[in-house]
Amino acid sequence: MTLASQPGSVGIVTTQYVDLFTREKPLALDCGATLGPVHVAYETYGQLNADASNAVLICHALSGNAHAAGLHRLDDKHPGWWDDYIGPGKPFDTQKFYIISTNNLGGCNGTTGPSSIDPETGKPFGLRFPMITLGDMTRLQKAFIDHLGIKKLLSVAGGSMGGMIALQWALDYPDQVASSIIIGSTPRLSAQNIAFNAVARQAIMSDPHFNHGDHYEGPRPENGLALARMMAHITYLSEKGLHEKFGRRLQNRENLSYGFENDFAVESYLSYQGSSFVRRFDANTYLYITKAMDYYDPFPDPETTAKRLKPVTARFLVMCFDTDWRFDTSRSKELVKILNWNRKEVTFQELSSPHGHDAFLLDAPQYKESLAGFLRRLLEETTRQEINVA
Amino acid sequence: MPELRVDLEVIAGLVAEGSRVMDLGCGDGMLLGHLIGKKKVRGFGVEISLEGVRVCIERGVPVYHGDIDQGLSDHHDNAFDYVILSHTLQTITKPRFVIEEMLRVGKKSIVSFPNFGHWRNRLALTFSGRMPLNPQFPFEWHNTPNIHVCTIMDFQDLCRSMNVRIIQQIPLGWTGNRPHGKVKRLLANLLVPMAAANLLAPMAVFLLEKGEP
Repeated sequence: MTLASQPGSVGIVTTQYVDLFTREKPLALDCGATLGPVHVAYETYGQLNADASNAVLICHALSGNAHAAGLHRLDDKHPGWWDDYIGPGKPFDTQKFYIISTNNLGGCNGTTGPSSIDPETGKPFGLRFPMITLGDMTRLQKAFIDHLGIKKLLSVAGGSMGGMIALQWALDYPDQVASSIIIGSTPRLSAQNIAFNAVARQAIMSDPHFNHGDHYEGPRPENGLALARMMAHITYLSEKGLHEKFGRRLQNRENLSYGFENDFAVESYLSYQGSSFVRRFDANTYLYITKAMDYYDPFPDPETTAKRLKPVTARFLVMCFDTDWRFDTSRSKELVKILNWNRKEVTFQELSSPHGHDAFLLDAPQYKESLAGFLRRLLEETTRQEINVA
Repeated sequence: MPELRVDLEVIAGLVAEGSRVMDLGCGDGMLLGHLIGKKKVRGFGVEISLEGVRVCIERGVPVYHGDIDQGLSDHHDNAFDYVILSHTLQTITKPRFVIEEMLRVGKKSIVSFPNFGHWRNRLALTFSGRMPLNPQFPFEWHNTPNIHVCTIMDFQDLCRSMNVRIIQQIPLGWTGNRPHGKVKRLLANLLVPMAAANLLAPMAVFLLEKGEP
């Protein structure tokens, strides 16, 4: 049996593309620049119902893309990044919901980003790509949802940076989001989070092949990008999880090398993570998106917070994992406090997991039950409202 | 909708329609689910157990997974019309602090607890010389979640010392219902306040607000 034919799989899916905005009517960005046309890569799973009331937008994290569920080819070794959660009978049940996933603005998997061709020059943008924000990413998604003809999303859900975008949706389009599911995330990066991102960017920019971002025709800054990923990857796992998986085990050897080779299993694991990341990700995208996360701060002071939250009607589900130290529980609680303080409807749950920040992508029964329960209830209430109106 | 435990029904009866209600230690969210559905309240629960939180989510009851103290520090003064603490007082580390906090974030508070002063408890201790075991105190001394048991009179004393006004006190029977039968009702109605209830009621519900007792 192939992965695609397993029960619960959405099967073979194809990434689709659409051009939004034009040179004449471009996408306006927070930094003042404009972009147009903007290419968007997306996938959808399930069926949109007649009144378009069952649409759920899934937002991916830093290095994700539009491929959230199913397989692209029968012989794919890995399904989409949230395949455990999207499919028939799964929490994001494709028999009930119409699931939408896009690649973010600034990305490198089909949506316009620094590796795309700049229509002005006919060459990749590189660092001439304008600075983008999570607000810009959300604005592009909104244009895409309009393009699909959907007036209101039943839910916007995401983990890590995807959670920040899910929050942004509730703030920017208060009448068009019924709920926001924010997992392992934060309303703003801490100095430590920014520090990790800064080191990652420095690793990329100090690579001899970086060439001020113009590296699309020559050798790429692979060592720098791999290094950035290795460092970040450590922050995505927990100390306990890493130790349980690798301990101090040696890799392919009986004795210590007394040199600087990869002695330990954890070293070669990280090297593998770094080198496989380089094959699928663009160094400039990494720079832009980490910077966009650093800038994100929708609630800088109580007045702004109150003003931004006043029109918000979405109900929130905020979840986190006890071993996550990239965005630990206190960061989720920070968001919950802000929402409670402003009398928004919010549910908060902390789940136990050995997997650290990455737990939000991994299969876990209690996490699934909560997500499924929340979504089921949401759909029931929407259906009931429709009956009442009718 | 499933029926409420009787003491929860008494508590629900004290809550005004359309109000904002926080339930501390809300368990599976039964009471809040009832209040949201029947009385159109805006509800918010605080619950420490993962399973309780899961069921609350399924019921559509907004809930905070965590301990009571943290649940309260997230909220403004008078953010709720009612803050409920039902059958949880005896399990919390700092009951006095929690009641202060309840009265800070709520205009009114509702507290229910098992009465250690009930005659059966007194008899059990007097004659068997051992901690009581009964429907209100079903745990053995060494595995009980109850760390601050009190009597109705103890609770009245606490309210007095904290400048808390008792608006209403309702003694309840074994099963959580109001005392039934003529004699018992008479006792409950006439002999409250409340030396008799302290002896006769296994459980009590108090409606409180800030201000002089």
